[in-house]
Amino acid sequence: MALAQKDVEGVAFLARLALDEEEIATYTKQLNSILGYMEKINSLDTVGVEPTAHVLPLKNVFRGDVNEPGLSQDEALANAPDQERGQFRVPRII
Amino acid sequence: MLIKQEVSAKEITEAFISRIDEVESHVRAFITITTETALAKAMEVDRRLAAGEGISPLAGIPMGLKDNLCTKGILTTCGSKILENFIPPYDATVVSRLAQRGAVLIGKLNMDEFAMGSSNETSRFFPTRNPWDLNRVPGGSSGGPAAAVAAGEVAFSLGTDTGGSIRQPASFCGIVGMKPTYGLVSRYGAVAYASSLDQIGPMTKNVTDCALVLQEIAGQDPLDSTSVGYMPPNYRKALVNDIKGLRIGIPKEYFVAGLEPGVKKAVEAAIAKLEELGAVCKEVSLPHTEYALAAYYIISPAEASSNLAKFDGVSYGFRNTAASDVMEMYMKTRREGFGPEVKRRIMLGTYALSAGYYDAYYLKALKVRTLVKQDFARAFEHVDVLAAPTAPMVAFKLGERIEDPLAMYLIDTFTIPVNMAGVPGISIPCGLSEGMPVGLQLIGKPFSEALLFRVAYTYEQNTSYHLAKPALEVN
Repeated sequence: MALAQKDVEGVAFLARLALDEEEIATYTKQLNSILGYMEKINSLDTVGVEPTAHVLPLKNVFRGDVNEPGLSQDEALANAPDQERGQFRVPRII
Repeated sequence: MLIKQEVSAKEITEAFISRIDEVESHVRAFITITTETALAKAMEVDRRLAAGEGISPLAGIPMGLKDNLCTKGILTTCGSKILENFIPPYDATVVSRLAQRGAVLIGKLNMDEFAMGSSNETSRFFPTRNPWDLNRVPGGSSGGPAAAVAAGEVAFSLGTDTGGSIRQPASFCGIVGMKPTYGLVSRYGAVAYASSLDQIGPMTKNVTDCALVLQEIAGQDPLDSTSVGYMPPNYRKALVNDIKGLRIGIPKEYFVAGLEPGVKKAVEAAIAKLEELGAVCKEVSLPHTEYALAAYYIISPAEASSNLAKFDGVSYGFRNTAASDVMEMYMKTRREGFGPEVKRRIMLGTYALSAGYYDAYYLKALKVRTLVKQDFARAFEHVDVLAAPTAPMVAFKLGERIEDPLAMYLIDTFTIPVNMAGVPGISIPCGLSEGMPVGLQLIGKPFSEALLFRVAYTYEQNTSYHLAKPALEVN
């Protein structure tokens, strides 16, 4: 499963990462080398083995549906790179 | 402890601050040093003592925290440019627990960016140096926490461990580092790298301190739905000098080619010592060990790609302000904000989870994880504890491995399987090789920290490696 530069461009876009030509070339090489090493797990027979996403048998750990205090608006905006009238301001979306 | 009238908390804190002034320009373990807050906290502890209040064993004790643990009002960067100006509005649970016990925060410690690395060289700020040899790495990703303890800049620190990031730097710096069972310590407030693998743990000079710190941070937290409803026992009671009859398994897959001869020698000597102390050692097999690393480097980047999607320049952290629309803002912010290793792992993870590749990579890796977990469970049917090297080598020179990602990944061969299975592991110093510390790793069943402490304590009480200090000749 070799990665072409086009694939790396596609993945970078999915991950919202802008890359230049040189970076695309470098990452393509490095990712292929890493994925080449991963191929060894394909030689393992895993028929009938259940996947483990999480080591603990915990499921749906909820608390009661009761209002609890959260951050104040000021606290939430304290790290904002750009804010206006109590809202986060970003460049044009549409 | 010493606070019983012999010396004040303020004096203890001042002593550590002097030490930092003396060595920090060489070690560079800290991103942020909080002198004022530390002294204020120390004086508060002194006031409580004078008022006759009972105090915890950690009161007045100076500590450092890895910079991926949120500290309210104090810069928390995760070693990354994308959080270079981030001031959390809340404390991580472990931080507030330690603060309640009176521990004194001296500062936030350097780390590989977002905990992705094994040498502390991916920190976007500067690399930390190993106090035993300033031209060598302290290990990673908790390199700052390890170096600070080894250099005597803090009495203890907290690190995080996803694939070995507490144990390996502990081993490289000659200190004690423990990764608890997954779910024992709350992850609330620890900036997530791989949520099913991350754990916070103590890094200390000796086993006793490790037990005392774990006692204060362990236990269920309603704010972390992955923390387990398990009552931690009294870990201090586990500090008993006796391992007679204990069955110790030696996993043969951890003693293969690639293990440095000096490390092998020191670890084998340690195992012989454990036998001398009455333990019964036998070879065991963890047959899927060689596949664990490959599976880890699919699972952890996959989880990371999801966890790091939140860093987009919108509501906190670094933002590229030259963008004309929000998509461009995301792409340029993340391009500039993240370093190469982080980007590499985000892309690896995104690829592994993408349509058409999910089954071949991610799902397959999760099945390998099951097999790794089963390996440990099977071994523990015949033995109580496993003993192995923590890392295949001693600390290497700065710059030696950073250009080759795969060479860097292979360092974690002996620590990764432990995270995959969710079981606890501790690294303790067991000697030197070429003048650099070697770590012995002890691995136990889930929630067997008390037993790990007993074995580690027994070994420590009958050797003197934990007393060795780096020369760190500075002017």
